[in-house]
Amino acid sequence: MGGIYTLVASGLTLIYGVLHIINFAHGSMLMLAMFGVYYLLIKLGIDPYLSLFITIPGMFLLGYLLYRFMIGRLSYGKDENILLITLGLSILIENLALMFFKGDSRTISMSYSDQMFEVGPLLVGLPKLISFVAAMVMCGLLGLFITRTDIGRSIRAVAKERTGARLVGIDVEKVFAISFGVGLATLGAAASLLMPIFYVSPTTGHVFVMVAFTVVVLGGMGSFLGAVLGGLIVGLTESFGGLFLGESLGQIGISLIFILILLFRPSGLFGDKR
Amino acid sequence: MSATRPSWLLHGLLLLIALVFPLLFSSPFMVNFGVLALFYAFIGQSWNIAGGFAGQLSFGHVAFFGVGAYASTMVQMRLGWNPWLGLPVSALAGAAAGWLIAVLSFRAGLKGSYFALITLAFAEVFRIVANSVEVTGGGLGMLIPMKQTVANFQFGDRRVFYFIMLALTVASVLLALWLKGSRFGARLAAIRENEDSARALGIDTFAEKTKIMMISGAIAGIGGCFFAQYFLYIDPTIAFGVDKSVEMLLVSMIGGAGTVYGPLIGAVLLAAISELTRAWFTIQGLSLVLYGALLVVIIAYLPNGLIDLFKRRGQRPGSP
Repeated sequence: MGGIYTLVASGLTLIYGVLHIINFAHGSMLMLAMFGVYYLLIKLGIDPYLSLFITIPGMFLLGYLLYRFMIGRLSYGKDENILLITLGLSILIENLALMFFKGDSRTISMSYSDQMFEVGPLLVGLPKLISFVAAMVMCGLLGLFITRTDIGRSIRAVAKERTGARLVGIDVEKVFAISFGVGLATLGAAASLLMPIFYVSPTTGHVFVMVAFTVVVLGGMGSFLGAVLGGLIVGLTESFGGLFLGESLGQIGISLIFILILLFRPSGLFGDKR
Repeated sequence: MSATRPSWLLHGLLLLIALVFPLLFSSPFMVNFGVLALFYAFIGQSWNIAGGFAGQLSFGHVAFFGVGAYASTMVQMRLGWNPWLGLPVSALAGAAAGWLIAVLSFRAGLKGSYFALITLAFAEVFRIVANSVEVTGGGLGMLIPMKQTVANFQFGDRRVFYFIMLALTVASVLLALWLKGSRFGARLAAIRENEDSARALGIDTFAEKTKIMMISGAIAGIGGCFFAQYFLYIDPTIAFGVDKSVEMLLVSMIGGAGTVYGPLIGAVLLAAISELTRAWFTIQGLSLVLYGALLVVIIAYLPNGLIDLFKRRGQRPGSP
């Protein structure tokens, strides 16, 4: 799970780092993408891993348009407004999903779902291994995209200094929209990788939204390396928490980490000091 | 801004409508609707005085509600206290939770979106704890035994609940009115508009914010106690679920955050949506779809809430 958390969180951290937006609808967007993957498989018989090539551009487009026509226009430049708008969006998406897909959770099973692999002393399910490795590769690609391409450079420029970027001729609004799109595209990828090992229901987003926030806060808002390490730490915390504290109390670990980090080191492990 | 003669007339008229409402419409459906609307108004007001008046946006206000609900139910069920004593107990518990969260988060200098997120996390922690320990009944929650006597806070006639809730709501509105006109309220407004300047003017922002969180927590706590006595059942998801936080916020934001009457408007609207969609359609989640859409639309076109529609007709008051 740690790898997926990383991927989900890196989208969130990108959006935050560049736009200074806390995207509250992150979890419900992920849920939406997972339903997409589910129906691609059920209706069209497309393997979840192959659906990567559909979900990534699909989610990018959704994010781009959403920013262009909604979030960017309605925020009036106020932080809290965006938080509330994305909250409204997430309520909307979640309950539309509830209306159309009903409340029960769905899983898929593929021919390779039950294959196990030995990694050292551990027995790991094949889909989990694939997902983890693929998630890490995706994060690597995202990192390359941000550091090596022209668009990536302009994204970083805008993140650092809006006004300066505008002065050297970067279309800031466009970069914002692209960043939002890329942030959601990571969700598309995460959805494809998650579907074989997890379930989807209209409330799946809830599971991830708190986790993603924790990962981002833990790693430091806007820091990529932080998101990667934060994802791994949170994944481990969750597993060990469940192991030592039992099923129900074990979930407390993530919320506690979140609170403690915010209280004592709000810049996160790798964030800039503000 | 000060209370002029027409505004007193308006207050009287509103109160009169509220008083005769259950006498005119005595069907269980309408009484339930009335109780629900007042309940929303009450907990919405709790969110409003922290989120609207003082600008401390909370996404986990349900934490106070839940603490109040659990505190009052536990002293009744585990210690055998009279349920009426649950009211002050729940207020104290809510205030204590408000103090705890406020002191911790404000000490760390959290504000804006960060504060919103940490309150959400606190509510999660409370929910998980309530779900896990024995004394709260764990995931099964607590069922308050049915015994309809006045001494037991249970009434054969649901309308009694209506009048109790009405009294509580009137009290919360009076509190909001007082806040609006008092120096304390003015200091909170200063903090909301610009905390650094407020501090520069010599306002102890930490103390003021902590105070308002305690007051707000106490109100939400009382709301929790009432909720538990009305439905005679609480469990961790009801008492600490995200949904109720969102409802409190919606009531206030939709009606008009930072205004005295905003939550009242929002509450009536929300209760109407919730009850009507439940009566007419059997589609799960429809009411919440409408809430979500409403929130987005309101922020886009009426950032000060529906109350602006009323204000535009008359003269524009100086403050939002």
